[in-house]
Amino acid sequence: MKYISEFRRSELAEGLISHIRHSSKTRARFMEFCGGHTVTIFRYGIRQVLPETIEMVSGPGCPICVTANADLDKAIALAKIPNVIVATFGDMLKVPGSRSSLQQAKAEGAEVYTVYSTMDALKAAQDNPDKSVVFLGIGFETTAPTVAASILQAGEKGLKNYYVLSLHKLCPPVIRALLEAGEVELQGLVCPGHVSTIIGSHPWEFIASDYGIPCVVSGFEPLDILQTVDMLVEQVEKGESKVEIAYKRGVNPEGNQQALRLMERVFEPAPARWRGIGEVAESGLRLREKYKSFDAEANFELKPGPTVEAAGCICGDILRGVRTPSDCKLFGKTCTPESPVGPCMVSTEGSCSACYLYGEGLGG
Amino acid sequence: MRELTMCLAIPVLIKSIEGKEAEVEIGGITRRISLWLTPEAKVGDYVLVHTGYAINVLDQGQAEETLALLREIAEAEGAG
Repeated sequence: MKYISEFRRSELAEGLISHIRHSSKTRARFMEFCGGHTVTIFRYGIRQVLPETIEMVSGPGCPICVTANADLDKAIALAKIPNVIVATFGDMLKVPGSRSSLQQAKAEGAEVYTVYSTMDALKAAQDNPDKSVVFLGIGFETTAPTVAASILQAGEKGLKNYYVLSLHKLCPPVIRALLEAGEVELQGLVCPGHVSTIIGSHPWEFIASDYGIPCVVSGFEPLDILQTVDMLVEQVEKGESKVEIAYKRGVNPEGNQQALRLMERVFEPAPARWRGIGEVAESGLRLREKYKSFDAEANFELKPGPTVEAAGCICGDILRGVRTPSDCKLFGKTCTPESPVGPCMVSTEGSCSACYLYGEGLGG
Repeated sequence: MRELTMCLAIPVLIKSIEGKEAEVEIGGITRRISLWLTPEAKVGDYVLVHTGYAINVLDQGQAEETLALLREIAEAEGAG
């Protein structure tokens, strides 16, 4: 089985596009929650091949984009503490906080390591016993279990210099918050694929039952997105709202029980700050009391200073799906991937970055 | 470096397993990944890898069923 090329076959895409065009009669707005889906949609020009009845809007599913400035400032403050090494995924480096970025802190002498995995961060802790290594725990349910696993491994190895700044976020609570705010009206939700690999499809049921919105869990290849749109259209035309999985090779309804157990063992739900959305109850994860010795927040004194938002940046509105990159006066002018003002232009999963790199989708 | 994006997970083939780690090939480079989240993974399985961890074992039967369904749609629509 060729798991990538088989799901990019043009003749099968043509079939799906034709089927969508024939069956879609009702105007419908679908939100792709996940930034990974936004990238696939832009990269393969999917908006252009859909009929006029269907509008796709991007949601807040980009972990770096939704990290609030106050939390970025904490990460930067940590990096400035002597003998602290901050380990993070590469996308984080360029994101501007209130006054600086990790990249700038690094240029000024802070030790900031770009890692591919928490395993690399654990190794850095082992290799630098005289220093403290703080891993920035950014990411949704897909990433949180890997960070939980790293804490358990640090415990097994007896590492006393490994810490996590937990800025993890949970998807279902923020979708509820968006729907409750009622700013964006949706007729369908493309549910995040790899978040669902971990949590399964059941946690999305409330969207179909309480809000009457069709939900389909999608994979990340172009055929996955087209099949998902086709399934959403079918629900819309039949007047149904249920949760279905298009990405069956990667997601089962129950999720990954082992990953959920590890996450549950190490973390507990906590309020979290989302850029553009604000604080959402139970939408974040903090370390349980038993694992406080690994909690950066509990072990370092952080004084990040007052939070300042970049003037003119509308990332917050874009993340809520109420405005598009083309509505932003900075887009492509003062804000580019080389010199980003807001996080949606920094992260490869951000709407602005996808829009800029693939040169389409302007106007929504 | 698409690999570094946060929610990206890519299918890789497990070549060998040693304890809770496996050797896989990603883009021609041999890498070690963690099996902490997928203790059931076996040599010869394709797993989805996210930030160095296998997050599940891909279901080949389901993949084939999905492709068969998409072929049916394409044939019915006279595409391909």
